[in-house]
Amino acid sequence: MQQTDRCFRFACLACAALAGWLMLGVFVQLGAHSAAAWQRFGLGFLCSAEWDPAQGIFGAAPAIVGTLLTTLLALLFAIPLSFVAALFVTEAPDCLARPLSQAIDLLAAIPSVIYGMWGLFVLAPIMQDHVQPLLAAIPGSTRLLGEDDNGFGFLTAGLILSLMILPYMSAVMRDVFRMTPPMLREAAYGAGCTRWEATKDVVMRYGIRGILGGIFIGMGRALGETMAVLFVIGNMMQLPEGLFSGGTTIAATLANNFAESQGLEQSALFALGLILLLMSFGIQVAAQYYLHLTGAKRGEAR
Amino acid sequence: MNKNIKIAARHLNFYYGEHQALFDNNLDIPEHEITAVIGPSGCGKSTHLRIYNRIFELYRNHRAEGEVLLDGQNILSPEVDLLQLRRRVGMIFQKPTPFPMSIFDNVAYPLRLHYKLSHSEIEDKVEEALRGACIWDEVKDKLRQSGMALSGGQQQRLCIARAIAAEPEVLLMDEPTSAIDPVATLKIEELVLELKKRFTIVIVTHNMQQASRISDQTAFFYKGRIIEVGATDQIFTNPRNKKTEEYITGRFG
Amino acid sequence: MTSIANTQRRPLFFRRLGDRILAAFSYLSILIAVGGMGWILYTVLLNGAQALTPDILSSASKPYGEPGGGIANALLGTLLITAGATLLAVPPALAAGIYLAEYGKGNRAADLLRFCANVLMGLPSIIVGLFVYVLIVVPTGNFSGFAGTVALAIIMFPVIMRTTEDMMAMVPDTLRESALALGMTRMRTTLCIIARAAKNGLATGVLLSLARVSGETAPLLFTALFADTWPSGFFTEPTANIPVLITEYTTNSPFESMHALGWGAALVISVTILCINIATRCIFHEQKH
Repeated sequence: MQQTDRCFRFACLACAALAGWLMLGVFVQLGAHSAAAWQRFGLGFLCSAEWDPAQGIFGAAPAIVGTLLTTLLALLFAIPLSFVAALFVTEAPDCLARPLSQAIDLLAAIPSVIYGMWGLFVLAPIMQDHVQPLLAAIPGSTRLLGEDDNGFGFLTAGLILSLMILPYMSAVMRDVFRMTPPMLREAAYGAGCTRWEATKDVVMRYGIRGILGGIFIGMGRALGETMAVLFVIGNMMQLPEGLFSGGTTIAATLANNFAESQGLEQSALFALGLILLLMSFGIQVAAQYYLHLTGAKRGEAR
Repeated sequence: MNKNIKIAARHLNFYYGEHQALFDNNLDIPEHEITAVIGPSGCGKSTHLRIYNRIFELYRNHRAEGEVLLDGQNILSPEVDLLQLRRRVGMIFQKPTPFPMSIFDNVAYPLRLHYKLSHSEIEDKVEEALRGACIWDEVKDKLRQSGMALSGGQQQRLCIARAIAAEPEVLLMDEPTSAIDPVATLKIEELVLELKKRFTIVIVTHNMQQASRISDQTAFFYKGRIIEVGATDQIFTNPRNKKTEEYITGRFG
Repeated sequence: MTSIANTQRRPLFFRRLGDRILAAFSYLSILIAVGGMGWILYTVLLNGAQALTPDILSSASKPYGEPGGGIANALLGTLLITAGATLLAVPPALAAGIYLAEYGKGNRAADLLRFCANVLMGLPSIIVGLFVYVLIVVPTGNFSGFAGTVALAIIMFPVIMRTTEDMMAMVPDTLRESALALGMTRMRTTLCIIARAAKNGLATGVLLSLARVSGETAPLLFTALFADTWPSGFFTEPTANIPVLITEYTTNSPFESMHALGWGAALVISVTILCINIATRCIFHEQKH
């Protein structure tokens, strides 16, 4: 009897250890296969903007900058939106809050390739026909927007990404708001706060770690998202010239080039993959750290 | 009796959705006195208290009918400004509710919320409030630390300091010592007696000794009705109502 | 003791204004979130319904540029790949979840593995594609449906693992103790009592992960790749699948008819995922009661 129990426990441990092996394996494999590129280009790989497979010169700067820019734009739109959406769902009457929060959850279930398709066929034409002329009419805006006017580019990608990460972030924030002890909320209102004051000074401060965790979760999604970006980014290996200029991200570069790549180019692509892995690993660690902190706090309160 | 009546509840009914929790409550709260509200749990004493600053309005389906006159003005009428009302009527809760900020900011918070004051004025007021809540000596060296790091009794006194900082007229206390150890409880009781000079205090308590120790007037609630109101001495030595007597002698509750 | 003069009050008007702006903004954001979702679903529904015919659902796709053809081969391929991934991922993931829930309290190894699972859940799926490329495609020398299966299984694994743990942790300890007090082994207690009590929760985890991977595209790009033919060599040949079909037909093609096929495929996959989600909700709801 003792024997079977020990075997069972060991078998379960072996399966759980798979998580660790996978984690380790990803790092090791991407590291090993990108070694050639690191040897050839060194850390200059990170700063070089040239990507020329014919001559065997590769640089990661356009993809890195593009990834950061799309993520930044997505967060810029999604943070305030998801924050107030979560607030609305927490404060709204139950009959309204439940269908709304389920609708937002379903938004998270739509596959990213469909976001990409929608972006390509619906959003990009709208950006081209309506938004770009409107923004271009503002004097001096070309420096920020760039010269292109085909509806593709960083702004469109950022918008789609923000719609994609909104449900993830607002779900986390909603849980944070619900975790606020009711008495603390009452105390805030009892002190004479308006709803906005109670939210920003008490509820938000109380749950700030959870909110940060939610933002990091959304950031991680935006950073590594492939399909939604691939369709509308323009896929050009160049540094961003403006919000409407075409460019690329790490994930989009991989998706476009990897299957047909060989030799040094493939190694360079693995190196891009490693960079993406390190970035999102860092973000996930931060997210887990903050969410873990709130979890601990929740444990104390109970 | 020609005491000045600060709050007068008139024909007060309260509903949680369909369920009626208070039935035709009438109660006068004299100014600069401590009124204790006692009764078995679920009798509606907290519900009654929570009407005085309309905090119940945070929840849908909670509804009050009747009048509560604060200095003669009906605070349940829709024209009354909630933010003003809650500045005039402060509240202390069952558990300490320090805001997630430093000790100083906790007390300064209502000041900054309601008034435009210079930094030095705020500093003076914060010290005054902390002294008023008898916690100044314990926290004066760590004003920048989080209010949540204090002990339970200190947190509750911090909350009292926060409540009195904005200079309310009335203090509502909803079982303020129920989550606090006996020694800290005695400290808070002393503090409440001190505060009576400046404020009108209504305190809900399940602790009859506490009511008899600190209050001037006591109201006994039972099943949503006010059974008996009177001077605390009279209620505890010579109750007129049978139910009151049974409760204070510990036969139920 | 000086009291504060009335003239020093902050005007209520501006305080209330902030409140109004917040309210307006929250309506707006809900509108954007729900409206955006409605818009996307509406587009998919409109274009997909026009494109979908019984013919498309029953015939295989034609080589690039030839008119006609359907998505049946891709549907079959997706079915094979996801079913394979489920078979591959569920047993070890359940065992891993059991380990975290039953043996993992205050255990540093378990904490580390839990952390790994959490991080794995958040890793970009395209990275998993790269990893499986190295793991399967390079050694076997060809893209294959099986490689796609492994990639999806790796994505499913941490999701099932963590939900299993959460669901089993929800079973009260008293149940655990009373079963052990009857003299049952830890293994029987876990498998016969705890897992049974949490069975709806476990099903939720599996379905949730299934919904998540059935639309995954990025990890299939370098593993299953794509084909115009019926899946024939699951372990040796590139295998057609819906997500990559959508990508290929919408980005690499100027032809309206291929776009239409893409919309049809998008509708099929969206409806499937929505159904899985609704089923998940129903099952989980039942569990709570």
